Amino acid sequence: MSEVTTHTRPITIAILAMGGQGGGVLSDWIVNLAEHSGYLAQTTSVPGVAQRTGATIYYLELFPAEAAQIAGRDPVLALMPVPGDVDILIAAEFMEVGRALQRGLITADRTTVIASSHRVYGITEKTAMGNGIHDPEPIRKNATIAAKRFIHFDMNATAEANGSVISAVLFGALAASTALPLSREAYEAAIRRGGVGVEPSLKAFSAGMEQAIAEPVTAVPDDPLANQTTNARVLELLDRIQTRHPEQVRRNAQEGIRRMMDYQDTEYAEHYLERLERIIDLEHANGGASHDYQLSAETARYLALWMSYEDTIRVADLKTRSERFKRVREEVKVKNDQITYVTEFMHPRVEEICDTLPSGVGNWIMRSPRVCRLLGRLTHRGRHIRTTKLTGFFMLYTLAGMRRWRRKTLRFTVEDKRINAWLERVEKLIPDDPKLAIEVIECQRLVKGYGDTHARGWRSFDTIMRVLDRHSDRPDLPAQVRRLRDAGLEDEDGKSLELLVNELDQFPDRAPVLASSRD
Amino acid sequence: MAERSFVNEVKKLRLGAGEEFHGEGILAVTKALLQSGVAYVGGYQGAPISHLMDVLHDANPILKELGVHFENNGSEAGAAAMLAASVNYPIRGAVAWKSTVGTNVASDALANLSSGGVTGGALIIVGEDYGDGSSIIQERTHAFAMKSQMWLLDPRPNLPSIVAAVEQGFQLSEASNTPVMLELRIRACHVHGRFTATDNKRPPFSINEALDKPVRDVTRISLPPSTFAHEHEKVDSRWPSAQRFIREQGLNEFFSGSHKDLGLVLQGGLYNTVIRALERLGLADSFGNSQIPLYVLNVTYPLVGDEVVEFCADKKAVLMVEEGQPDYLEQNVHAILRREDCTTKLHGKDMLPKAGEYTGQVLIDGIRQFCEQHAPQLLAQHAVIAKPIVFDNFDTAVPARPPAFCTGCPERPIFTAIKLLERELGAHHISCDIGCHLFSILPPFNLGNTTMGYGLGASAASAFNRTSGRRAISVMGDGGLWHNGLTSGVANAVYNNDDQVILLVDNFYAAATGGQDLPSSRADNPIRQTNIPIEQAVRGVGVKWVRTVDRTYDLQRMKDALKEALTTKAGGPKVVIAQSECMLNRQRREKPIFRNAVKTGKRVVHERFGIDSDTCTGDHSCIRLSGCPSLSIKPNPDPLRQDPVAHVDNTCVGCGLCGEVAHAAVLCPSFYRAEVINNPNKWDRFISRVRSTVINVLQARTERRLAQYQF
Repeated sequence: MSEVTTHTRPITIAILAMGGQGGGVLSDWIVNLAEHSGYLAQTTSVPGVAQRTGATIYYLELFPAEAAQIAGRDPVLALMPVPGDVDILIAAEFMEVGRALQRGLITADRTTVIASSHRVYGITEKTAMGNGIHDPEPIRKNATIAAKRFIHFDMNATAEANGSVISAVLFGALAASTALPLSREAYEAAIRRGGVGVEPSLKAFSAGMEQAIAEPVTAVPDDPLANQTTNARVLELLDRIQTRHPEQVRRNAQEGIRRMMDYQDTEYAEHYLERLERIIDLEHANGGASHDYQLSAETARYLALWMSYEDTIRVADLKTRSERFKRVREEVKVKNDQITYVTEFMHPRVEEICDTLPSGVGNWIMRSPRVCRLLGRLTHRGRHIRTTKLTGFFMLYTLAGMRRWRRKTLRFTVEDKRINAWLERVEKLIPDDPKLAIEVIECQRLVKGYGDTHARGWRSFDTIMRVLDRHSDRPDLPAQVRRLRDAGLEDEDGKSLELLVNELDQFPDRAPVLASSRD
Repeated sequence: MAERSFVNEVKKLRLGAGEEFHGEGILAVTKALLQSGVAYVGGYQGAPISHLMDVLHDANPILKELGVHFENNGSEAGAAAMLAASVNYPIRGAVAWKSTVGTNVASDALANLSSGGVTGGALIIVGEDYGDGSSIIQERTHAFAMKSQMWLLDPRPNLPSIVAAVEQGFQLSEASNTPVMLELRIRACHVHGRFTATDNKRPPFSINEALDKPVRDVTRISLPPSTFAHEHEKVDSRWPSAQRFIREQGLNEFFSGSHKDLGLVLQGGLYNTVIRALERLGLADSFGNSQIPLYVLNVTYPLVGDEVVEFCADKKAVLMVEEGQPDYLEQNVHAILRREDCTTKLHGKDMLPKAGEYTGQVLIDGIRQFCEQHAPQLLAQHAVIAKPIVFDNFDTAVPARPPAFCTGCPERPIFTAIKLLERELGAHHISCDIGCHLFSILPPFNLGNTTMGYGLGASAASAFNRTSGRRAISVMGDGGLWHNGLTSGVANAVYNNDDQVILLVDNFYAAATGGQDLPSSRADNPIRQTNIPIEQAVRGVGVKWVRTVDRTYDLQRMKDALKEALTTKAGGPKVVIAQSECMLNRQRREKPIFRNAVKTGKRVVHERFGIDSDTCTGDHSCIRLSGCPSLSIKPNPDPLRQDPVAHVDNTCVGCGLCGEVAHAAVLCPSFYRAEVINNPNKWDRFISRVRSTVINVLQARTERRLAQYQF
């Protein structure tokens, strides 16, 4: 009968990665490193379907070969991590730290956590019609409490900067953590023996090592009021914001006028400020200071967005700018000795064409089914426009030049009317129900995009405004408008919104029977 | 096979006696087969077995030298039937597949094989895809062993034990004239470890010898009256022979412990996890020395009654550690003890979960409960480990990551087309199959009603047969088609005049299982016949209405073909063949060629897609119609906008779907395609200079206008 000895335990390492992140490469390096440094190493994984973008756990155990030799037998190593029994946890994406916490794989007495702080968004985060991104903060907070040590920085950025992959940076951070009692040289030798992409890997490894022990740099926020212009009219506008607008509104108002001038001209910016200031004055008169001029600040944001609606002229303008050409070259990582050509995917339909025509003509066409059909046939298929070649560029450039006549276009007339109606409604609400006024302002979020997407958004907006008219005396209206807005962003066919509207119409005087989980 | 090379793995198969093998469990099995003098190997790919099939395919020269025949069987049924070679002749043969799905398919042949029994060793290696990360239904291979009276090995999950089990399996099979199944859990297949190799062995009796001198024995054929005799043979002679062999050769292992009145009976495959659980409870060390005695069942079927009684007889209580359900082993042990009037208390699924994988924590909890009830002092000796804090309130905080189509996958546009088509024609019943295309049921597509098994997509829609109104759509991949779908699905739909739309996904490979070749693959395979067109095959079984779309990325054509199939007045099945190469395999093939061309200074063009963040309004319609991993989101750079913008990351392979979607769905003008010319020639440089000079002049005008507004 042999005595139970518990002196030597394996070092346990769990790697949480997504398919294609190189979790396998990293675990191979660690095995290679360990086997050449006097350890017996065992690794397992469960790829299966997970290799197609799902989350995968690689699990490794390292056992000192000497201890096994003394004992005269091989250790029994586990094939999966046990909660509370993980020494090193490596996460190749930040939310995977959350998954590790869920599984109890991070404990304060022993777990060193090495994680990249970058995000690879899940499909439900990506498909949301608004902002579906999960908040990483609770995970960061809890991991800081739960782990013995928590090393995290954007390793993806480091990898990209060094022309390598994230596994090399993680390997570097592991070396820096000294969670394994092995030298830097041993790590580098393992990468060399791996034999694939050795030089970039070593570079990224080294960068990862440095960054893991570096103090985190806090970004200095740039001064929004850095004033460099000499243009008298711009100065006048800025001065007007500085003197007439409450502090809480200024940032958005400044961005607003910047956008108006970029979109149209200084007169348009003035028009924007006039509209905004009517709201500011009203809010001020109704005790706006006591709630931080929230309504005015949000109006500054949403009014600017609405007034810079995306028409064909705007799109052509943005697509032909030199800064855009530069951005494309950066995004697709074009090197100096390469030449790049850009093709746009445009699909101007009859609606878009009429939008850009003088309102009289545009309206006439839209009302004449025959002409519509004829134009429809011409615009049936989408068009490829090569912006970086001369014909394509001229076409878009000319279109962008129609900015001068924008105020006469059908689209402008329509949007102007809608904006006015929206603001009038808000102005009426401010004295009695400032909360509702904010909710109405925020409904602008629904109206965005192009073509069908825009039409759908407008429909949702309009539906909500009609509900407001029908139920103006409901006490819980602000909360209901928020629910309606969320419902409008829930699905594409507008079913959630329709259901909720029906519910409100059915129970006009009391809180709904069906409580929404979103509240 | 496919576009992946297994040269390094193949080298490991050549290791000789005394040399140390380092590698994966499933590769160790491959080596062990060659060491045991196997004469033929077959199987059907599927995780975790694919690696064995791929490596053997690439190891053809070694197999030739040894005189071993290797077959890529058409299905698991075909593989099981191949074991017929061991019925009349003393030939060792092995086949492998993913279980239980593969065993389901194979069970007809397996039942016949087990009835007549075997002369040469017949080994079936099953990759038990159960538990965390599994891609299939949760069932047990154990049931098949029981129903057909085949023996089931479940060795401890370390390479020496797994390698030994291969040789022992053949011997057991020969000693009892019964096929033997070797069950390897998914983690054991993927475990990286080492063992000391022995020399590869030529089969002592070859396939040629058998063919030259055929032996016939009608009593081995499963036809009455032999079948009645077979049943008696199974219980009267084969079973006792097997039990004798297991006991004499010590296939099951006993590990003693100081606390002799308790014991654990466990499946061999669970050994490492059980030891870790005991170690965490302070009842074992890292080398497996346990205070509680262990009886490790490396053979889980049949049980050896005498061994069970010997182990249990002097004990107060025993815990049966048996993963999966039903609790066949526990019931069996109960019966054995009852028959022997043994009063030892038997625990099992009263303390351990009835279903689900037995992970470390599950076993810690179960064994702790067992000790608390029968020997609390054992736990008191040690500080009982605290359960770690589990942050289960993160359920909503951590995003789910369901599997999805790869970047640039040619199957994605097919489902984009269906999604767009459903906006026009309404929702349809969609019968799915097994393969990558099954990811259509998940977000963002959410298309699909059922999946009934490999190659059964069309059969599963056969009840929905009417001659007017909305038609059912069934989906089937090229893998499923050749596995059985061509006959059970397509030919049968013709025969029964099924008015359904059969969508065949032809991506040139058995893609979901790792990119193996198929009869319809386009690759030139040195040892297989490929390039058999699917269209010819379906016309051959009588389909009249066939449309082939040879570029799935052409969304309009894809949509038009499906629309026509759904609305045509033609009767019988409407087959749409959607062809484009699996992007994963295409990239594996083309990337090195491309890189090399760039390096050697050749003029080559690559494409990538991008999104202008200043025109993107953050609605994400494009993502809902695509779901490409490279099409993601990022925080909005616009200081006023709050919703994240869509964004194409650097993994984009330029498949072109983004642009097609933007067109077909009239989405938004934010997408652009960038064509990058590597190593441009003189003309390229000249014309590009001319263009940018003109464009720069015009852009400067815009800049001047904007500059006056800047602050």
